[in-house]
Amino acid sequence: MVVPAVAQEPAQDETVDVKEIIFGHLKDSYHWHIITIGEKEISLHLPVMLYSKVSGWHFFMSDKLEGTDGYDGFRIAADGAYAGKLVEIQPDGTELKPLDLSLTKVALGVIINSLLLCVIVMCTARWYRRHKATDPAPGGFVGLMEYVVAMIVDDVVKPSVGKDYKRYAPLLLTIFFFILLSNIMGLIPIFPAGANVTGNIAITLTLALVTFFTVNVFGNREYWKEILWPDVPVFLKAPVPLLPFIEIVGIFTKPFALTVRLFANITAGHAIILSLTCVIFITAKMGPVIGAPMTVLSVFFMIFMNFLELLVAYIQAYVFTMLSAVFIGLAHPEEHHASEKEPTANSQQPTADHNVVIKENTLTT
Amino acid sequence: MDLLIPEVGTIIWMLIAAGIVFFILVKWGFPIITDMVDKRNEYIDKSLDAAKKANERLAGIQTECDALLKETRAEQARILKEAADRRDEIIADAENRAKESGDKIISDAREQIRLEKEEALRSLRRQVAELSVQVAEKVVRKQLDSSDEQLSMIDRMIDDVKTGK
Repeated sequence: MVVPAVAQEPAQDETVDVKEIIFGHLKDSYHWHIITIGEKEISLHLPVMLYSKVSGWHFFMSDKLEGTDGYDGFRIAADGAYAGKLVEIQPDGTELKPLDLSLTKVALGVIINSLLLCVIVMCTARWYRRHKATDPAPGGFVGLMEYVVAMIVDDVVKPSVGKDYKRYAPLLLTIFFFILLSNIMGLIPIFPAGANVTGNIAITLTLALVTFFTVNVFGNREYWKEILWPDVPVFLKAPVPLLPFIEIVGIFTKPFALTVRLFANITAGHAIILSLTCVIFITAKMGPVIGAPMTVLSVFFMIFMNFLELLVAYIQAYVFTMLSAVFIGLAHPEEHHASEKEPTANSQQPTADHNVVIKENTLTT
Repeated sequence: MDLLIPEVGTIIWMLIAAGIVFFILVKWGFPIITDMVDKRNEYIDKSLDAAKKANERLAGIQTECDALLKETRAEQARILKEAADRRDEIIADAENRAKESGDKIISDAREQIRLEKEEALRSLRRQVAELSVQVAEKVVRKQLDSSDEQLSMIDRMIDDVKTGK
């Protein structure tokens, strides 16, 4: 996806616009550029769906937008607040952003990745449907899947969530595999892979919202009590609810951190690989003496970065899953007040009143 | 920067696609795999436990066998000893009996010999007496010519008989 984008550049302009190339890849688009053979550009045109408050619903294919004057009163904004997005041109010349439900490159990438994930996991699950627990363990791809699943469940979900881990394991596994697959698909530059899915903040935000709702919908009473009435001296929570305020902000910073972490890591990785690719085309213009060694060096670094990004793809999926698991675990605290107070009470009281003390503690909590 | 502003349309697409995927995988995908892994782990644990128990039993059987063997050896030794004792006893008994019966035979033979000897002596005495009577007849016939002599003779003989009795 990178090389063709550059190859078409010299035809129009002799300078390599690195910024344009990098952001052109990182950002979403209304068509999916597949390859450029000579002067011929092959891209997949995607359906555009718009709802404008002024003119209602609009459906058309994105190839109609190729001209500079746009189509049906809509055009892709060249600059301004909505640069790169579809805007409606008002009669007075101002641009109005409609509700854009277009099946963009990222949206299609999400659908492709989802289908692929479903196929992979359901094929694996089919093996298990057809076998008994007493059969020998699977090999090959199913064995690999089982290894990763078991690793995530045993190393991430079980220790982080706690005793209720079986309820959340399927969801966390789905999150993990969705992110991992999307990350890897983002690194493969050929259609149908190549959409920068996890490097899109809308996607990572949605994933973080899944965690956010799972944490806060299934959080138990103890969790909400610790937020709204934490176990601290009274002047910290009344009359000014200082700590509850911090805790409530904390509810929202957690998914925000998840969103930005995944987005920033993937975006940064892609930006570095693209920059290294651009080095080839920039130095090629400086002549063969500089261009040849720099190309070799650039390719070497690109290979290195791709391996690193493969590692990052795994690590970020792992971290997202682990933090989600930890947040879910934090939303299920044990009622630990009795056990906390008990030792101090025991140290004060001799053993004769032991049972009475425990009863009192359980009553107060 | 617009890269950092989430696009509503993308979120909606993501919600639809991911919603369906999450629903399918959470309901029918991963639980099957994790359940199976759990079940297999359970099965492996059970098998290990069973193997451990079987080993323990095997060890128990081994010791039982050893004990049985030992017991049998002791029994064997006891029986052998008893047999030897019995043999000795029988031999001694036989010897005693042989000795007894030998003694008896010898004593019987002696008695027989004694009786036969007496018989022989008796017959010898009778013959001697007969011979003596015949000799005496002949002598008497010759001597009993005078009455004096006859009378003295008769007296003497009566005396002899008297004293002899």
